[in-house]
Parts: sequence; structure tokens; C-alpha cells
Amino acid sequence: MIASLHSPLATELAARYPATHPVGDWVRAHLSPFGAFTVNALLALALTTVFVSLTALFLVWMERKVCARFQLRLGPNRVGPFGLLQTLADGAKLFLKESFMPREADFFVYHLAPLIPITSSFMVFCVLPFDHHIQIADPQGGLIYLAAFLGMGVFGVLLAGWASNNKYSLLGGMRSGAQMIAYEISYVLCLLLIVLASGSASTRDIVLAQHGTVLNWWLFKLPGCGALGFLIFLISSTAELHRAPFDIAEAESELTGGFHTEYSGMGFSMFFLSEYSNLFVAAGLGTTLFLGGFLAPQFGLGPLDRALDLVPGFAWFLLKVYGLIYLYMWLRWTFPRLRVDQLMALEWKFLLPLALGNLAIAAVLVTLGWLLP
Amino acid sequence: MSTAEATVALPPGFAPAAEGSREAEAYFLNMGPQHPSTHGVLRLVVRLDGETVLGVVPHPGYIHRGIEKMGENMTVLQYLHLTDRMDYLSALFNSHSVCLAVEQALGLGVPERAEYIRVIMSELQRIASHMLWWGVFGMDLGAITTFFYGFRDHEFISQLFEQVCGARLTLNYFRPGGVAQDVPADFVPQVKKIIAQTRRSLDEFDRLLTQNVIIQERTRGIGVLPPERALSYGCSGAVLRASGVSFDIRKHNPYSLYDRFDFEVPLGKNGDCFDRYEVRLREMAQSVRILEQAVTQFPAAGPWRAKEPAHYKLPAGAWFHWVEAARGAFGTFLVADGGAKPVRIKNRSPGFSNLSVLDELARGAKLADLVTILSTLDIVVPDIDR
Amino acid sequence: MKTPVSERPCCHFFRAIASAAKSLVTGLGITGRYLAHPREVVTAEYPDNRDGLKFAPRYRGPVTMPHDAAGEHRCTACGLCEKACPNGTLSVLPQRNCADKRVLGKLVYRLGQCTFCGLCVEACPFDALAMSHEYELASDDKAQFERVLNRKEGR
Repeated sequence: MIASLHSPLATELAARYPATHPVGDWVRAHLSPFGAFTVNALLALALTTVFVSLTALFLVWMERKVCARFQLRLGPNRVGPFGLLQTLADGAKLFLKESFMPREADFFVYHLAPLIPITSSFMVFCVLPFDHHIQIADPQGGLIYLAAFLGMGVFGVLLAGWASNNKYSLLGGMRSGAQMIAYEISYVLCLLLIVLASGSASTRDIVLAQHGTVLNWWLFKLPGCGALGFLIFLISSTAELHRAPFDIAEAESELTGGFHTEYSGMGFSMFFLSEYSNLFVAAGLGTTLFLGGFLAPQFGLGPLDRALDLVPGFAWFLLKVYGLIYLYMWLRWTFPRLRVDQLMALEWKFLLPLALGNLAIAAVLVTLGWLLP
Repeated sequence: MSTAEATVALPPGFAPAAEGSREAEAYFLNMGPQHPSTHGVLRLVVRLDGETVLGVVPHPGYIHRGIEKMGENMTVLQYLHLTDRMDYLSALFNSHSVCLAVEQALGLGVPERAEYIRVIMSELQRIASHMLWWGVFGMDLGAITTFFYGFRDHEFISQLFEQVCGARLTLNYFRPGGVAQDVPADFVPQVKKIIAQTRRSLDEFDRLLTQNVIIQERTRGIGVLPPERALSYGCSGAVLRASGVSFDIRKHNPYSLYDRFDFEVPLGKNGDCFDRYEVRLREMAQSVRILEQAVTQFPAAGPWRAKEPAHYKLPAGAWFHWVEAARGAFGTFLVADGGAKPVRIKNRSPGFSNLSVLDELARGAKLADLVTILSTLDIVVPDIDR
Repeated sequence: MKTPVSERPCCHFFRAIASAAKSLVTGLGITGRYLAHPREVVTAEYPDNRDGLKFAPRYRGPVTMPHDAAGEHRCTACGLCEKACPNGTLSVLPQRNCADKRVLGKLVYRLGQCTFCGLCVEACPFDALAMSHEYELASDDKAQFERVLNRKEGR
């Protein structure tokens, strides 16, 4: 636990996990402060763009491959080795397609809507700690920033549904609005649980607070509460992502395409891209909050621990993230969809009281110091 | 707005709402003819209040091909291949009912082996049809993976059909007086294999979907069809039996060899979506029972078709025969005047009557429930339009 | 993950949650098992496995007219197949040969109209027709859909 930012433990961790990256340091050493800031920001932007695009491309391929295997199929296997370039080919096709807008649709809002979710997803990438020195920004209120931008995503869906001038889209947009606002509460309560436990809202500090063995991860360290919080986080983030069994916003069998029924070409691909980058963000957040982020799992066994520690932090981060993503996919391709009122009942009558109770118990535990060593 | 104006603006089938009522604020949603869950080209006009369904008017007719009219211009033998194109998932039942009517007209007997072939093929068809329905039902509720499991098991039966009939969907296998060709030599072992496979699949279906809490919550108490309403609408098949009315033509008006087999008629209690779902699953188990008995009794050799009449000139008169198809009672009404071609052919399809209850079941339910209800009614649109 | 029903007694409530969770985990188990068993995959890589495709001997593809080694067919131009066909798919165009005997001139087969019901093959008393196992029938050439089944005219 980081009781204070200036405690000896915090200083030791800061020394062991330096926050500055050699490249950034080099730029800072050679340029004026303003120039260094500009160059570093541009570098970070370029890196994020490339990473988000590649991740989304890979995740689409992975989803198709994984779901195919669940469904006794082979999945994409024509374009490139193992069909790896399939998404690229699909992207090129979408890029070249006519961007269709229904008559009477609101021109400005219709074209603005697809950009909002992808923007919010980019913004959230900034505070995800990929490694101790690979993080674009580490504001003290990282989680508050994160919650704010995650909440922004709903506008895209809502506006898309509204502006499309299509009843299916409107229904999908309204469903999604109700759903995201509802599930955001238990989502944020989970964030609050971790803020409470680690005493900081900075994502980097949250990860460093889980320093030690595996039992120090918040999943285990808060006895019971951590695991329950993780479960609530898993459910509410699935709902936030509009993934089955909570995919009522696009509910293919009811609303054909839901909020993106009328989108084609780049508008559709923006929604698609944001869906998958948000998937990465949700899994990254789960990793940061509950699974020790970029820290290597340590089991209290000397040689094994040292060997595991040799693997770079971002590798551990990506490993955990992809494990979580795989779990999301597993859920999606197994369960039927909930009905809209059941979805609301699940949140308001079940998850929300559970999350609140969990938070209260965790507060008592933290105050009394009844945590695992 | 005057009433006359409102009537013009409303889609056909809807009455204008009372001034100031909730319905006056409702909107219309056009589902189909191209919609993922209307199973083909059915068009539903739904009056919605938010997500709540106030009324549904189905508009069939998008795949009307005039099959019955075409039947007046061909011999019954030629008409048989058209029956495959009505309810394409239970093609054999359609042709079976036509064959039975023609056999009645001609006084044609069917050899025992042919009757066994018919029963085995029919029950396989019933299982195949229900398996496909199971997969699509899961997909309608959002579990896309079930679709592939249902199709996989449907595929085993399709492959056997390909070996026996030469086709997988439009089988064109039954003929008046028997079947078109004898079954291949390894027919019985193949059927035994399918029996074992089906038992495994049914267990898997139960664990994957029936017991799933989301399915239970989504289907229990949804779309309750009281038995008297089911009867007054002329429902049949699993839709009627789920409401607790024991009506199975195989049992209560046995044709072919069905009086020789020991099987039960699964019944539901509440007539809700879950009962309709469960009745179909239990029907598959009963079909497996019939198959097991039929396979053990299957005559090793014998004729598969009665001696054909030189021509299918039907005597003057009218005949009707129906069979228990996968979706309910499928009947054929045949009128002839002594010529080679029937004067009138009329088919009674279960889908049309079963679809008629949709409005009554979906009122007050959510839009998602409408999809569930439509799915458990198990309609095949070409069967409704013909 | 269970929609709570407040009317239920408390212990029943928790039992319901437990059984609900169990049902969900069972479902995950089934899909997970298939993921872990790649051998269960049922789809095939179609255009690549053309050579290995097996058709049932009775498979009903387009109608053909088998010819023997000498290039002769067995058709007598009796026209039964034309009568048996429900769709007017077949047209028997007879000829008179030098002995003034009625022989087959052309047997025109309109693939675009055919429903592969097999009634023509059943009707033929001389086994002059058969159903092939041809399966890739799509074409952008309309001429592909109107075929003459016999190789040479007359006899």
C-alpha cells in the first residue's frame, strides 16, 4: 500500500520502476522544454495511432478466429497466413465503399457520431500504463479522467441512433444510452473500490500498489471484495462494450444492426474500430486495476520469480490483457442476449446494490487493515 | 385529425387508436421482408410503444409461387416435387400427405418395407427440422454459436438423405405406393449412428441452452397461448401441444405404421415460449425412440414400391389426408374429375395457422420477445405462402 | 448474473443465483471444449478440396445422356421424359433417319429451368438419361444453361 506518496516504499518503487523513458529523456536533453514537449507529444500520438490501429486489426481477426473455433469453423484463412490480413482487406473494402447517408438524416450529427467513440477510446489509451516507462500521461486523477472519457462513448452511439433517421437505429441508440448510463455506475464503483484500496487515482500508482507477490494483486488482496469487484467489473464492462450477452444496442436478430444500421463505409468502420479498441481498453483497465498491470506475477519462489521478472513489463501487460479479451470473447460466443428490461433489472436491482455493499465492506477492510499480506 | 384520415395513414390491419390513448402515441416499425429474424421473407408491421408491442400484423405473400395452382396443371407425380418447396425443412411430410391422398384415391396399397422406409425417413426429417430450429432459436435469442451446433447435427441427417434420395433439401423421395428408390445397403447402420449422435446432441442442447438461466428468463411466461385460443386459431404441432392439448396425428389418427410404435406425445403446461421450446426437444427424443423401434423391425428385404398404375388417372371425387409434420398438421385436399390432372389441390399448412396467433401472443411483450415468440412458433415462410 | 425476483425467500434467492451461475458455467464448458478440440471443426476449405469431394451415387445433378464407347446413346426419342418433366425443361426434337425411322435429333435440356427432381430419369424406359454429379453450375454465359444432351444427331 502506498500510504503516502513520500513513504520510503514509494520512493523505492519509484527508483525500481522509473517513470521516464530513455527516448523521452533523450528528446528532453536535446531540445528546449517546449520543443521537447511538442516532439514527445507527437511521438506519443503517432505511437498510439499505430498501436490502436494494429490492435483493432488484430482483435478483429482474433475475434473471428476464436468465434470460428467455438462454432466448429475455421474462420478467416484466405488472405495472408492464417487469414491474418483478412481485416486489412476488409478495411480496404470499407474504405472504398460509398458512405451512404439516409435522406432526412442530420448531416452534421450523422457524420460526427462515429468519431466520438473512437476519440474517447484514444483518450483513454493515454493513461493506460503499458509498462512503468511506457505511459503517455499519468495524471493524479487518472481514473477520474478515464471514467469521464469512457462515459463519452455513449454519445457516439446515442447520436448515431438519433441522427440516422431510422427506427431501428433510434431503438438501438436509446437502448444503448439507458444501458451505458446504468452500467457506468457499477463500473465506476469498481474503479472507486480500487482507488479506495490503493489510495491513489493514478493508474501507475495503482499498479505499483500491487507490487509484491500475486496475492498482492487487488483481485486477491482485498479478501473477497477484490474478486467480487472483478466480477462486477467484468459484467459491467461487457455491458459498456455492447458485447453479448449485453449487446442489446445492436441486437442483430431484433434491430438488424442497431445504432449502426445506416452506417456504411468509413462510418461503420469507425464504430467497428472503436468497438475493438474499447475492448482493449476495458481489458487493459481490468488488468491495471485487478491483475497487477505490467508487474510480473511473483509467487514468492526465488529463482522462478527472478526468471519471470526478466520478461519486460509490457509483455506481461499484453499477456494479461489478451487473457481477459479471450474471456470476453468466450462469454460473447456462449450466451444468449438479455432482454432490455432484464438488463436494467440486473444492474439496478442486483449489480448496483452488490457494488455498493462491496465498496462499503472494502472500506471497512481497508480501514481496519484486514488485507492479505 | 379525423378518423378517415387516420385510417388512410395507418398500415393495413391496424385500427385507429382512440384519441388520447397510449396507442395514439405509438409508432410503427416495419420488420421485414428482409430482417434477420423473420426467417425468410415474412413482413411484420409492428405497432410499438417504446419497446412494448401493441400489435403485430403479419404480411405474408412475398414468396407466393402459386404452387397449388400449378398443381392443377400437372399430374400428382409432378406435383410431388413442388411440395418439397413449401416447407423445405420437412419436405418428406409434405409429399407424404400428397401420397396418402393419392393412395386413398387410387386404392393403392404400400408394401411394408416402404412403410418402414417412410417412417424412418419421416422421423429423421423431424429430428433434422427440429435441430435446425433449435440452432436458429438460439441465434434469435443472441447465442449465435448454437446455430452452428444445430446445423452440424442437421448435417449428419442431410448426408444420409443425400445417399438415400440424391438430394439434401428437395428430396422428392416418396411416391404414391411407396418410395422412389430402395434404400442403400448400409441404411440401417447409418440410422443407428444417427440415433447415437442425436442422443449425444440432445444432451448437449440441454446443457448449453435449456438450462441456461438467460434462456429460462427470456422464455418462461412469454407469449402464453391458452389451449382454447390455440384450438380456435387452428394451431397444431408443438405450438398446440405446448398449450397442453394432446393432438398428434401420428397418435390420434394413425397413418402409415405409427400405431405399431410405442411413443409418447410430449405436452406442455403453460403454453409459453419455454414450453414450446421444451416440447420440441422432447419430440426429438420421442422420434429417436420411434427410430430405434423401426430400425429393429425393419424388414431385410421386400418391395419398396407397390406396382405402379400405368397412369395416375385419379377417379372423380375428393380426398383429404394429413400427416403430423415437424411444424404441425400438414394436409392435402385433392379433387379430381377422372382426368390425369387434379381439378384442385389444396394444402393445409401448419405455419399459416400458427403464425395467426402471433398478434395475440406478442401484445404487451417487448420487441425482443416478439422475436422469441416468432422463433418458437417455428414458421417457414414458403410453407405459409405456398 | 441472475435477475433477482424479490418475491422469493432469501435462501431460495441465493440458491437461484448459484444454479444460474452453474448453468452459465456449464455453457462455457461446452463452448470451451469445442475451442480446445480443433478436430471437431466441421467446415471444409471448399475450393481447395474439390478433388476429394465425395458425392452420394444417387446425387441429383444436371441431367446428362450417357454415351457408350462407340459414342452411341440409348434414346429412342419416345418423349416420355419430356412428358414427365414438370417444368418443360426437356425438349425432344425427333428426326427421320434414312430408313424413315423416328430417331433423336436433339434433346434440348434447359438447365436454368431444371429443379433436379429426377422424374425424367425415372420415366425413361431405356435408361438413356442419368443425373450427373456436376455441382458448380453458376455461369455468366446464358448459353451454358441450354444444352443439347446427345452428342450426334440422328442414328
